[in-house]
Amino acid sequence: MRFAVIRFGGSNCDRDAQYVLSDICGVDCDLIWYKDGLTRPYDAVILPGGFSYGDYLRAGAIAARTPVMKEVIAHAEKGGLVLGICNGAQILAESGLVPGVFTINAYPKFICRSVQLRVETPDSPFTSLYKKGDVIRIPIAHKEGRYVAPEDILSELNKREQIAFRFCDDAGNVTPESNPNGAMEHITGVLNRGRNVLAMMPHPERASEEILNSDDGRKVFLSMITHIERAKGVTG
Amino acid sequence: MYLAKITIGLKEGMLDPEATAIRHALGNLGYETDELRTKKLFLVRFDATDAREAEEKARGMCERLLANPVIHHFEIEVHR
Repeated sequence: MRFAVIRFGGSNCDRDAQYVLSDICGVDCDLIWYKDGLTRPYDAVILPGGFSYGDYLRAGAIAARTPVMKEVIAHAEKGGLVLGICNGAQILAESGLVPGVFTINAYPKFICRSVQLRVETPDSPFTSLYKKGDVIRIPIAHKEGRYVAPEDILSELNKREQIAFRFCDDAGNVTPESNPNGAMEHITGVLNRGRNVLAMMPHPERASEEILNSDDGRKVFLSMITHIERAKGVTG
Repeated sequence: MYLAKITIGLKEGMLDPEATAIRHALGNLGYETDELRTKKLFLVRFDATDAREAEEKARGMCERLLANPVIHHFEIEVHR
């Protein structure tokens, strides 16, 4: 099993993601410079957080049009897992791998703090180790994270259970106060229709060890690993 | 050679948090305003055989990169 973390100029959570995968989860994980492309098959590709291309034009817009993204799209079309975290989520939305867009926060400042998320579906390779309705604590760190999508897309996302995470309070209630960036329907994690691509603004790699006050995010990576093991026919 | 003036704005009804903050700051300076909207202007110079092709190219630029169709609309003016 092998993961790839793609680094663009301005990525800054690439090594955190690799550290969690290799040192905490114990899987092989390559850091890949975006110009080098995917030179071997990977089970999962991670687009890490950061500020690719300095967030010029729109966060993620320019990275989404780089040649390596064609390879990431091809990987996803073959059923490979793709996880976009923060800037990675913005890149996935800009590249059309998930619907909608993550745009400037309703109150336009950078927010960096721990938030509560409600797991909306365990039915995905990224959330299978959670239970529906679990309240987890994972930090966010963004200025352009407000999820926006047209009404018809939102209703389709609801119908097909493509919403992975919503902002919520400690008790799991979705309240206006618990929505830090003004995201539509509190959405902060979106799956594609095939459920093998997840774009999420919160940083699970920053919440994967107890010493960091929360290891609630680790199950995102462990769910992926479990999914890949099952797909490979490895048991236990 | 053509010059395309491409203006990208938020669709009607879309929240414009930057505009809200700027309008607030104008208020702090004593300017009472009823509305403030932000737009982005791109000036792009390129070759095209005629104005129609220039406009088509500019439209392609908008659709493929400059605008995000989820939240933006765009206007194009081409000049020789």
